[in-house]
Amino acid sequence: MPESRANRRTGASDGARAVAPLLVGVIPFGLVFGIVAAGSTVGSLLGGSTSVIIFAGAAQLATLQLIDAGIAGAVVIATALVINSRHLMYSAALAPHFQEFPTIARFTLPYVLTDQAFAVSIVRYGEVTDPVYKQWYFTGAALTLWITWQISTVVGIVLGAQVPASWSLDFAIPLVFLVLLVPSIKSRPDLIAAVVGGGVAIAAAGAPYGLGLMIGAVSGVIAGVVAQRVMR
Amino acid sequence: MTDLAIIITIGIGTYLLRLSFIGILGDRTMPDWAMVPLRFVAPAVLAALVAPAVLLKDGVVDLSPATNPRALAALVALLIAWKTKNVGAVIVAGMAVVWLLQAFL
Repeated sequence: MPESRANRRTGASDGARAVAPLLVGVIPFGLVFGIVAAGSTVGSLLGGSTSVIIFAGAAQLATLQLIDAGIAGAVVIATALVINSRHLMYSAALAPHFQEFPTIARFTLPYVLTDQAFAVSIVRYGEVTDPVYKQWYFTGAALTLWITWQISTVVGIVLGAQVPASWSLDFAIPLVFLVLLVPSIKSRPDLIAAVVGGGVAIAAAGAPYGLGLMIGAVSGVIAGVVAQRVMR
Repeated sequence: MTDLAIIITIGIGTYLLRLSFIGILGDRTMPDWAMVPLRFVAPAVLAALVAPAVLLKDGVVDLSPATNPRALAALVALLIAWKTKNVGAVIVAGMAVVWLLQAFL
């Protein structure tokens, strides 16, 4: 077997294996998202299709919630893109490695970029140099997550059709965000960003056009930046 | 704007955010003033999503387990999330607390 094909195969299987433990978090999240999509005003088909079109769980949940609340399209779009703006950071960190990949891979692989695929790849990229291995490591990790996300969305939609509203399952949405929130707080400035973001979002909950979430998020980011500068 | 148009716009925008440095900007490094705020997007956004959803009831902050069981349930969920980082356990525990409070209070 030529060396590059061997690297391709070991890369893909190493990547898939590296994200496997993270699927424990992805599957319940996907189920909750599917259940929410089934109960949303946009409906199962369009709501579920966001798993393919957007493929970013937190943004997908927020999008359906805001559309359900009757928020204007421009605000829904802006809010979702603020949530996903962290991908700029991942893209910048991965770019030097992806420059060695074929053009087609450079333009297709970003579609499957996620927090988890980024996290496992950037760690591995510090240990290996072969671009073929790197490309397929990311592919194996990211595609494993993509497939898992699609399946759990569909299963969630099927389950969601049978869950009565009295079960308060909409409460699972903030619970999912809570599980994502806790590990995102790694330093005191992170904590300040979270406290200010949450506090301002509460204070601004009645803001017009459903801008409360965005006002809270932007305030939290600014507070984090200021806190980091002051504490340095 | 139709729901489909909103969703497709978010999809394209998200793809472009992911593609940005990898496909378009290349090896150019992002200046610090742009990079530093992105570090705080996750904690700020997620807290802004959670806090109003669990602490507000009919538009006002309500911490009473009898009238807003979600506040106490979220506190329990927060402790479990902090200790275990297990998504399934957090969802099950949080939902269980809400159901119990709804049933008995």
